[in-house]
Amino acid sequence: MSVIANTSGTIAAAPAPFPAAVALEVRNLDFYYGTHKALNDISLDYLSRRVTAMIGPSGCGKSTLLRIFNRMYDLYPGQRAEGSVLFDGVDILDRALDLNMLRSRIGMVFQKPTPFPMSVYDNIAFGVRLHERLSRAEMDARVEDVLTRVALWKEVRDRLRAPATGLSGGQQQRLCIARTIATKPEVVLLDEPTSALDPISTARIEELLDELKRDFTIVIVTHNMQQAARCADRVAFFYLGNLIEVDTADQIFTNPREKQTQDYITGRFG
Amino acid sequence: MGATSAPGWRKNPLATRRRASDLLATGFGYLASALLVIALCSILWTLLSQGVAGLSLAAIIRPMGPPGSHGGLANAIVGSIIQTIMSLVIGAPVGLACGIYLAEYGGTSRFAGTVRFVSDVLLSAPSILVGLFVYLVLVAPFGHFSGLAGAVSLAILAVPIIVRTTEDMLRLVPTAMREAGAALGAEKWKVILMICMRSAGPGVLTGILLALARVSGETAPLLFTSLGNQNWSFSLDKPMASLPIAIYQYAGASYEDWVALAWTGALFITFGVLAINIVVRFGFGRQKS
Amino acid sequence: MGTDSAHTVKSYEQELTRLRALMTRMGGIVESQVAQAIAAVTEQDEQAAQAAPAQDAQVDALEREVETLSIRLLALRGPMASDLREIVAALKITGDLERIGDYASSIARRSRKFDLIDGNISLSGLSAMGRLVQDNLRRAIDAISQQDADRALEVWNSDREVDEYYTAMFRALVTYMMEDPRKITTCTHLLFIAKNLERIGDHATNIAERVYYAVTGATLPALRPRGGAALSDPDEVQLP
Repeated sequence: MSVIANTSGTIAAAPAPFPAAVALEVRNLDFYYGTHKALNDISLDYLSRRVTAMIGPSGCGKSTLLRIFNRMYDLYPGQRAEGSVLFDGVDILDRALDLNMLRSRIGMVFQKPTPFPMSVYDNIAFGVRLHERLSRAEMDARVEDVLTRVALWKEVRDRLRAPATGLSGGQQQRLCIARTIATKPEVVLLDEPTSALDPISTARIEELLDELKRDFTIVIVTHNMQQAARCADRVAFFYLGNLIEVDTADQIFTNPREKQTQDYITGRFG
Repeated sequence: MGATSAPGWRKNPLATRRRASDLLATGFGYLASALLVIALCSILWTLLSQGVAGLSLAAIIRPMGPPGSHGGLANAIVGSIIQTIMSLVIGAPVGLACGIYLAEYGGTSRFAGTVRFVSDVLLSAPSILVGLFVYLVLVAPFGHFSGLAGAVSLAILAVPIIVRTTEDMLRLVPTAMREAGAALGAEKWKVILMICMRSAGPGVLTGILLALARVSGETAPLLFTSLGNQNWSFSLDKPMASLPIAIYQYAGASYEDWVALAWTGALFITFGVLAINIVVRFGFGRQKS
Repeated sequence: MGTDSAHTVKSYEQELTRLRALMTRMGGIVESQVAQAIAAVTEQDEQAAQAAPAQDAQVDALEREVETLSIRLLALRGPMASDLREIVAALKITGDLERIGDYASSIARRSRKFDLIDGNISLSGLSAMGRLVQDNLRRAIDAISQQDADRALEVWNSDREVDEYYTAMFRALVTYMMEDPRKITTCTHLLFIAKNLERIGDHATNIAERVYYAVTGATLPALRPRGGAALSDPDEVQLP
């Protein structure tokens, strides 16, 4: 048996050429909706410039965790987090933290496309203007840059002044991603970004994630396991508010360590 | 036919009953709609047939005058416009602010609940009561009726309508939109004013127009506040003429030319409101597409 | 890491059950082919010699069925983790089983081409090797149907013995041939038979490796324990 012991895990992907820095460091995190405890002692590192997917059945706490990273829960009374989440040397759970600054550094894309009721151009300029004072030319350049990065520029360059609500669902979602990266965040959070999109739009967004991870740390919540398998470098499985297992996508989908993970990803959950 | 021979296509008694009740309900809907349209057409027809008689250039450009003097309604038209606009200038900001508070800040708090309740009570309050109230506050202490008092009483009637529609329209804005704004790092007031209000805009404006339509036809509160005026008056500090009051005075008179003018006045109000509605609807329709 | 709970989607579970049943059936047929082949040689059983090749078509058909079902499962079910490993293993094991069946038929056919009576050649080594290969194969097939990693490991470890038998047979047969050129025909046939048995053992080991991976998710080392003392490959046996 000893021969085998040191070869276990050989099917895992070759390790990254250099160790990735940790972008978000979650330590002993608990979360409460009023009296209901939704997250239970979560400790987890999110690697810089990697795509980390969070999977698990509905109500497992994955979206809750995502919404802690930009303090979205602050919008609602009665929700509170305990523990710590270190980001760039600061605990983002700190009450004194400037939330608007945090949210400019950790952006978020939502399940349904949420274009603002304004032009395509203004959808992007809105967020940028909140944090930077740019000249007209600089703003034009920024808008073109982010729209090009999300592969939307060719499709919308003639309708920058048209209402964003006139775009298709997939275009709207790419616009929302463009809007999010326009404020130059370090982390991009995506909450089931393709669940309202058709397969082709979904594929475009997934391709986009591959591009974006060169510059951003990406955390994506998804119900679609194939999607997690396709896009993620690392996958974290949550169940009933607990982090069950986190590992490389290869490892999770070919040989998970925990039985609960195995049961979930093979479709054996009762 | 194969369709009738296969057992799966045999008539289901439940389906027959369902179809019958569907037919009945649809029929009732058409009937009710028809009644409404007939009533509306009948009003418009009466207004047109009676009002056209008094319709003349003089009715529009000459002020009111004694019977037989070929007087018009010019001062009442202008007075109505001034007072209605003033009422919106006063009422719209209050109503919008209150509606925004209820939708975005108040939530389910006790204070917000109270405000909402009071506003709803005011919505259905008899307008004559509003007139009496303004009389006690703005007329009696100053010893004279005034256009301003008229505008304020109309504003009080407009506010609850604007509050209700503003709150309702803001609540229709998806939460995700607010979260998306906040997620970009926008302050709450920016999210509300630059995103939510923009999204709710057409609905809110409809509410303001609804209020405009409502107050432009009000007579009762004006009786105690701006009183009416036979002559030109542009001062908000003095009694001011208005179409509803003019109609009220002329319609009950025994002079034929006054009665004719009353019909014409009613025609003006009705088509004025209709015109505003159509223009704004049309304008929005174009902006949205 | 086996999972005792069933899939939420019952038809998926049924298809996996069918895949396992096909594998077991194929394993059973191939096992009997090998038994017949060995009997044909060691007991000069004419009936067995005919029976083994007769089952080739059935084995081929089963192989195709397993392949079709596996590809269908991969395409339609998007299997993950243990399911994925099991299906991929089935795809490869079915190839190993088919090869084993071929070798068995080849041995059976060869058994009718020579006569042992005038040869005065001892078959005890071949019998022992046959028993061992048969035993390994049986355990490998049990490991498939029971998803038993420990049993797979036993098979994997005992392939060394098969290799040792083969090396010994090789030396013995070459010695016979040098002593008496009249025995060359028979001994050459026997040499091929030994070689085929050795190949069957290799495929049984392959099966064991694949079962081990399917069950545990870990791969066994690329180099397995080899027989023949310092030799790394039984084919590199030096002539006496």
